[in-house]
Amino acid sequence: MADILLEGRDLKKHYPVTKGLLQRTVGWVRAVDGVSFTIERGKTLSLVGESGAGKTTVAKAILLLERLTSGTILFEGKDVYKFSKSQLKMEYRPSVQSVQQNPWSSMDPRMRVRDIVAEPLVVNTKHTKEQIQSRVKELLQQVGLAPNHADYYPHEFSGGQRQRIAVARALALNPSLVVLDEPVSALDVSIRAQIMNLLKDLQEQYNLSYLVIAHNLATVRFMSHNVAIMYLGQIVEYGEAEEVFNRPLHPYTRALISASILKLPEDDVQGVQQIILSGEMPSPLNPPSGCRFHTRCVEAMDICSKVAPEERVIGQQRVKCHIYDDPSVQSALSSGFQPGTEGRPQPS
Amino acid sequence: MSNVILQVEDLHTSFFTRAGEVKAVDGISFYVREGETFGLVGESACGKTVTGLSILRLLPEPAGIIVGGKIILEGKNLLELSKKEMREIRGEKISMILQDPMTSLNPVYTVGDQIGESVRQHQHLPDDMVETEVVSALRLLGIPAPESRLHDYPFQMSGGMRQRVVGSIAMSCRPRLLIADEPTTALDATIQAQYLALFRDIQKQTDVAIIFITHDFGVVASICHRVAVMYAGKIMETASTSTIFKTPKHPYTSALIHSVPRLDRKDDRLYSIEGQPPSLLNLPPGCRFAPRCPDVQDVCHKQQPPEVEIGEGHTVSCWKVK
Repeated sequence: MADILLEGRDLKKHYPVTKGLLQRTVGWVRAVDGVSFTIERGKTLSLVGESGAGKTTVAKAILLLERLTSGTILFEGKDVYKFSKSQLKMEYRPSVQSVQQNPWSSMDPRMRVRDIVAEPLVVNTKHTKEQIQSRVKELLQQVGLAPNHADYYPHEFSGGQRQRIAVARALALNPSLVVLDEPVSALDVSIRAQIMNLLKDLQEQYNLSYLVIAHNLATVRFMSHNVAIMYLGQIVEYGEAEEVFNRPLHPYTRALISASILKLPEDDVQGVQQIILSGEMPSPLNPPSGCRFHTRCVEAMDICSKVAPEERVIGQQRVKCHIYDDPSVQSALSSGFQPGTEGRPQPS
Repeated sequence: MSNVILQVEDLHTSFFTRAGEVKAVDGISFYVREGETFGLVGESACGKTVTGLSILRLLPEPAGIIVGGKIILEGKNLLELSKKEMREIRGEKISMILQDPMTSLNPVYTVGDQIGESVRQHQHLPDDMVETEVVSALRLLGIPAPESRLHDYPFQMSGGMRQRVVGSIAMSCRPRLLIADEPTTALDATIQAQYLALFRDIQKQTDVAIIFITHDFGVVASICHRVAVMYAGKIMETASTSTIFKTPKHPYTSALIHSVPRLDRKDDRLYSIEGQPPSLLNLPPGCRFAPRCPDVQDVCHKQQPPEVEIGEGHTVSCWKVK
């Protein structure tokens, strides 16, 4: 049995759209609409999707920066919304830390690195100044910086070094979960690899859990144990990372993989078909009826525009797509059939 | 072999700042052929954008100055033209697409006005003809219902659509050369795939030459015919796209390619280049990559390596390669 650290059950976040002088509510933006997932101890769950998919809203909900419309977040089996103020301060918040996307805006330019990394310790612990300073030096060394870097200001560092400082700050309180919101997308190619290796090393060393938010699938494959592919506020496919990448079931997952795979021009000749989706992600204010992806899906059927697909469990993967309503497709898949290249698996 | 449209020879561009001369581009040479996409790849501050701006002579003045070299477009050296002659080149012969579609359009004009601006400037057409040109430019970029969309303001469009409008402006006078500076970096993965496919089509239709500036090897693989890899103001290696991926000769090129995680396999650890690019104010005397290079020799720290041609269209600047 997996050791589950945090679980999200049927999370929903709807933002009201208001109009006029009286701010009447005229509609709802369904940013997150029924999302469930689990984060295991020492493992990484990645939320993948394009802008507007709702991945950051999920992260904010976990960090308690947004109050959910409905749904439950369980931390070590306990409902986070039922925590008392002191429980939140003593137990939850120190255990759940975050690293933001842009290391140029996530630090106060007028604070020295020493104070930036020390801030969580000052706020949350009763350590003496000396204890805090020695902890800061220890943290800086853990993320590959020198102890004397503590005396500098953020502007004296490059992007990669700043992201290391942000990681040091996130680790200050020995958290069990770190939310990484696009941790490397603002960095240069050669620096990304350094930071990703560092994050993996730290995870092993401290048995950290990560919730990674990313749009780059190759980054996700490298970092993750589990992935959730999100589209317009819903998880369309969820499962163990290697299974999802080796056997993508949802047409959207396949299109995303096709759009991100590194492929040379002459490879086209060898019959590798690139799936190019038409159109753009619809507005979450007025999501399409039925399956939310049907307007762009290359395999859309009649039923897709009318009925929202149920979640099916195939092997270890969860997928929301009408293709898998047919029991013969499901059994073909569980006996090792590989869908994808020639389109939809045919019922035998 | 098709015609060479643009030839850049030994281009040097510097920024003169209080801290000293920043050699942003330090002696680079390349050429672009008709109907070809030429990629300039590198990390931030390697000089790829400054190269693009130098070709258009749009460097921020007075700090940015082209110190030396030649930029020859269809036989004419652009560096010898007057400001007025240069204005006629921009938009008509060479145009540019910038990275961020949110900031490169004017929010208070309709997209039709903004595309029409370059058509009016260069082709001196009556208003109704301008509108047909605008519609055809929008249609070229695959914007649905162009007749009605031209009355829209940028804020009414999504990021992908705005970037198509920026593309329409660039293509409205049917330029011979298009400089695309990270045009897909701000776009989502599936929209990026659409945009790149669109440019492959446009290139087939119009035979435009494209200089594609990017840091993303995935984009390079899908759109470029030939690539130059830049590092700290110099070109390290130039070759066809498949050569760059399959048999890179410069240690920087192969390190860069190996440090990108792969989607088609699971890596346990990424290859990483230690250290950081050098400051352009204080460059090492020898090869610029020497301080980070895994195959470094003594000579690398002392002298800059010459550019050696080791195969057809494959040039490398590295002491290891002879």
